[in-house]
Amino acid sequence: MTDTIAEHADSQLSAGEPLVEMVDVGKSYGAIRALKGINLTVKAGEVTGVLGDNGAGKSTLIKIISGLHGHTEGQLKVDGEEVQFTSPRQALQHGIATVYQDLAVVSLMEVWRNFFLGAELTGSKFPMAPLKSKEMKRIADEELRKMGIVVKDIDQPIGELSGGQRQCVAIARAVYFGARVLILDEPTAALGVKQSGVVLKYTAAARDAGLGVVFITHNPHHAHLVSNHFVILKLGQAVLDKKRDEVSLDELTRQMAGGDELTELSHELKRS
Amino acid sequence: MTQTSEKPTMGAHAETGNRVKLGLSNRLLARPEIGALVAAIAIGIFFIAVAPAFRSVDSLLTVLYASSTIGIVAVGVGMLMIGGEFDLSAGVAVTAAGLFNAMFCYQLGINLWVGAALSLVFALCVGFLNGFLVMRTGIPSFLITLGTFFVLQGCNLGITKIVTGTVSTPNINQMDGYGALNAIFASRIDVGAFRISITVLWWLAFVALAAYVLQRTKVGNWIYAVGGNAASARAVGVPVTRVKVGLFMTVSFFGWFLGMHLLYRFNTLQAGNGIGQEFLYIVAAVVGGTLLTGGYGNAIGVAIGAFIFGMTNQGIVYAGWDPDWFRAFLGVMLLLAVSVNLYVKKLSTARKVG
Repeated sequence: MTDTIAEHADSQLSAGEPLVEMVDVGKSYGAIRALKGINLTVKAGEVTGVLGDNGAGKSTLIKIISGLHGHTEGQLKVDGEEVQFTSPRQALQHGIATVYQDLAVVSLMEVWRNFFLGAELTGSKFPMAPLKSKEMKRIADEELRKMGIVVKDIDQPIGELSGGQRQCVAIARAVYFGARVLILDEPTAALGVKQSGVVLKYTAAARDAGLGVVFITHNPHHAHLVSNHFVILKLGQAVLDKKRDEVSLDELTRQMAGGDELTELSHELKRS
Repeated sequence: MTQTSEKPTMGAHAETGNRVKLGLSNRLLARPEIGALVAAIAIGIFFIAVAPAFRSVDSLLTVLYASSTIGIVAVGVGMLMIGGEFDLSAGVAVTAAGLFNAMFCYQLGINLWVGAALSLVFALCVGFLNGFLVMRTGIPSFLITLGTFFVLQGCNLGITKIVTGTVSTPNINQMDGYGALNAIFASRIDVGAFRISITVLWWLAFVALAAYVLQRTKVGNWIYAVGGNAASARAVGVPVTRVKVGLFMTVSFFGWFLGMHLLYRFNTLQAGNGIGQEFLYIVAAVVGGTLLTGGYGNAIGVAIGAFIFGMTNQGIVYAGWDPDWFRAFLGVMLLLAVSVNLYVKKLSTARKVG
């Protein structure tokens, strides 16, 4: 299952090496402060689980790492060098690939065209040069089979695949084209139990191949299965930042469900 | 979870049994132009049955000529629609390109080649402006090009009246360069006993080129992607703005080409022409299976759509009916085509259990 990843992952990656570091990063949209004082390190060979309720700042956080929005406070370092991204293309050039839950693929296009979208194989640099479509189909089919995704027909529109398969194709594509840091935006949110399992397995495989993974979710169970490190965001700030062995699934779940606020609320409700 | 990484890949091969080759009928149904093809055959048989004058090679050539005058611009409009945008200014832009060439050269006494070249630059600028405004402002292309449609329509009339004092351009057939330009844009070629209009050949060449670009090149891939899901395309590094602006300019190029044809065929142009033509291009594209929302369609389908237009246009005349009914017929065709396409698309993209 991990052949694709092992083959294409950067062999220079050594586990534990920090790939992306955020030091006291904040982001304001005009007068609104969406994110404040975030310290986060994405290390090679580790999964960082970022959890939070809606509006907690998860999206803002990934938008900063993936280059969609620039940060306004603090430092963002990639491979130890400070950067300020202005477009997703710049982040991609640094090997940071983002797989968005809803933006992963173009559903009316064939599986192989999706796989190579933006990085098509052609004979020359001339824009009208013919695509090497046979080769592209063969590679896409092989790579997907290695992951255990067997599509009926590599020519079928990708919209016909299941949600989990689509997500996996998007992840496989990012890895195949040399991503070193993988940002997964709620990859399991719209999926059933079995499909989520497929995505989680693939996330673990990416981790084991030495990639740094940022796993964004609001499902503590999924986060706990694969992550080495957990960050819980609330109102734009990190309220929990612990390693895997320092925190139990119960605590994660309790924090996600509202934590202390919930306890307070239950007291209040009892009184009345 | 970590142990999964050591698992051999045998599992995947064992699953190949799940794979089925889709039947021919399914693969055919999945093509965007199939609905249009069925409609074209039905309409063809219909007119052959009711209009005896329809049953000759000469009639076919006339139909092809009528198709080409719509089809050339429809190629561009179809590509633009696959790319998820709309151009309502294409019809008057055709007239604007012709007027520009005619008046510029006539008033200044310049060789027509210079005017044709400048007219192309002008047309491409209009296309660029359309695309730039759409991408920059985020306003739907329907509104932006509706704006340029009115601007061009007004300028066509206004400027023509200022320059010539009438609503038509002076006859240019005595000017330098006329012969060669007429040969390129408006000649007829004898093939055996028949005369084929050169626009038919241009049309077929443009369709072939567009089909190649859409299916076989990187740019084609990007066109489908920006039309299907612009945000996804941008996220994987497709230059969305450049692709869309390029598509608007492609429409402008084909509009200019038809403008040249009309000018060099009739030697004079009416400033009010072209209004309403933009819808015919869109109809040809939609009847040909292009999805109004983008991301789906192909060049062959658009060509068949234009051919249906040509058949209907001439068929009504050959059948001896009042041509006033043509548009009503076209409207019914459009509704039928859209319903058939929707139905076929549902059939072909429904998830099949393998």
